[in-house]
Amino acid sequence: MSKLTVASSPHYHNQRDTGAVMRMVIFACIPGIAMQTWFFGYGVLIQVFLCVLTAVVSEAIILEIRKKNTVRAVKDYSAVLAGLLLAISIPPLSPWWISVIGASFAIIVVKQFYGGLGYNMFNPAMTAYIMLLISFPVQMTSWLPPISLTEQQFSLWDAIHTVFTGFTAEGYSVGQLRVGVDGVTMATPLDHMKTQLTQGYTVDEALTNDIYSGNSGIGWAPIAIAFLLGGLALIKLRVINWHIPFSMIAGALITAFIFYLVDPSTFASPWFHFINGSLVFGAFFIATDPVSSSTTNNGRLIFGFAIGVWIIIIRTWGNYPDAVAFSVVLMNMAVPLIDYYTKPRTYGHKLKAKSMSEK
Amino acid sequence: MNEFKNLFVQGIWKNNPAIVQLLGLCPLLAVTGTVINGLGLGLATTMVLLGSNITVSLVRNWVPNEIRIPIFVMVIACFVTVIELLMNAYTYELYLTLGIFIPLIVTNCAIIGRAEAYASKNPIKFAAFDGLMMGFGFTIILVILGGMREVLGQGTLFSGAELLFGAWAENLTLTLYTSDAKFLLAILPPGAFLGMGLLIAAKNAIDTAIAARQQQTEKVVARARVTGTDL
Repeated sequence: MSKLTVASSPHYHNQRDTGAVMRMVIFACIPGIAMQTWFFGYGVLIQVFLCVLTAVVSEAIILEIRKKNTVRAVKDYSAVLAGLLLAISIPPLSPWWISVIGASFAIIVVKQFYGGLGYNMFNPAMTAYIMLLISFPVQMTSWLPPISLTEQQFSLWDAIHTVFTGFTAEGYSVGQLRVGVDGVTMATPLDHMKTQLTQGYTVDEALTNDIYSGNSGIGWAPIAIAFLLGGLALIKLRVINWHIPFSMIAGALITAFIFYLVDPSTFASPWFHFINGSLVFGAFFIATDPVSSSTTNNGRLIFGFAIGVWIIIIRTWGNYPDAVAFSVVLMNMAVPLIDYYTKPRTYGHKLKAKSMSEK
Repeated sequence: MNEFKNLFVQGIWKNNPAIVQLLGLCPLLAVTGTVINGLGLGLATTMVLLGSNITVSLVRNWVPNEIRIPIFVMVIACFVTVIELLMNAYTYELYLTLGIFIPLIVTNCAIIGRAEAYASKNPIKFAAFDGLMMGFGFTIILVILGGMREVLGQGTLFSGAELLFGAWAENLTLTLYTSDAKFLLAILPPGAFLGMGLLIAAKNAIDTAIAARQQQTEKVVARARVTGTDL
């Protein structure tokens, strides 16, 4: 899946089917999810449960209607992974119908309408995330501050109660839960930075807020590092290639660095962009989707780099605080073109341009 | 009469301007946020189609072939102006809601397409009926799409009916459900594209089902004949 090199026989079969690859990606997500649960509460786990369940059920229903081999397709874990990636992306205490609408949209519209696994042009989880973000902006931006900063502590039962009714067992709304110890509603680091910058503060002034420790938002740095470790493990296990994560992070860092050089007080530093938001998660787990990303190695470098550039551009000038989903889906559209121009040369064939010039 | 039946089937189903010819998509996608907006624009387009088809058919023998397109466009523009002024006078609120999309009916390819492909080659009665059917086919799709988007996006049907039908229609508005969180995607342009895709898919699915059924009945007949020869 990750590397399709056809050599002459004898062929070595590495015993990996789609299901095994998908399971490895799921396992690699676990450290990140654990960190997210630690900092943002049990809501994360409830969303994972809801999204995965909805994704698998929608996949099964559609495959039954399409008269396909349902058991085999569900066993390849691609629906589970799509649900999982969506669940990681949405705010932990968003209402249950957000996850249900999102996961069923990801599977039914984005994946199965285009022909099922292997045929979808766009990344299912990210397209569903964009759909949710555009349709329900209030719910989709209600991120809680890390638990250590909130005034109201909440238990697993509270989290379940909030997801299904909108209020905790004691009757606090999500809006009240977002209030920090000093009574001010808290935003995510990227959101906060963006608001502060548009209000005329400098980056350094914005960073003095309680939600940051040093240059990174509390809780966001360990999550990013956990996803980084999971992603590096995937590269080591050769489930994904290094090209996309590397070029995507490089693209983002270089772009951010250029703006940082221009004016460090109005543009956040590359490190800030790296450690906050979902750049690392996106680089290793989202953009590397084997179906909707580029299939040639050079193409992967272009694809990843362009996503990185887009992320910084949209984060800086767009309407939304984070941009991984938008950037990935934008570049998904460019994949056929990228693949066309980076087609690898078959052995023994000369480059077209070269043979033209020889004549 | 057979020609009328044929025109009816062509306009409403087989050659529907919206979901088969895919013409006039700009207003189709832009104004179908509610049933009433869709209906208003659909009726306006139908009137223009009817008028332009009749006129083009009337003058078809006098129009020099080389300059027929400018003449058709002028005829259409004339009718669009009439409709626009009428809407301005009688359904002012709706006129404001639909805004630029009323004058833009001029650029609707379905209209000039019918003028060129049908009205300029056929007698008035057929041309008029063709314009009416094509207009209805377009209107039906506008209304269905508007309904889908209105139900998903606002939870209502026929909201703003008074804009088109006058004050008595205010009670027509059906509220199916109320929600704090509106499904904004359905109201935004992407929802229009998705809904349009679903409608085209549904139409193709129905056509395939009909074709499959016809094939089945044909097969049965063929088998009966084979056994007949065997005997």
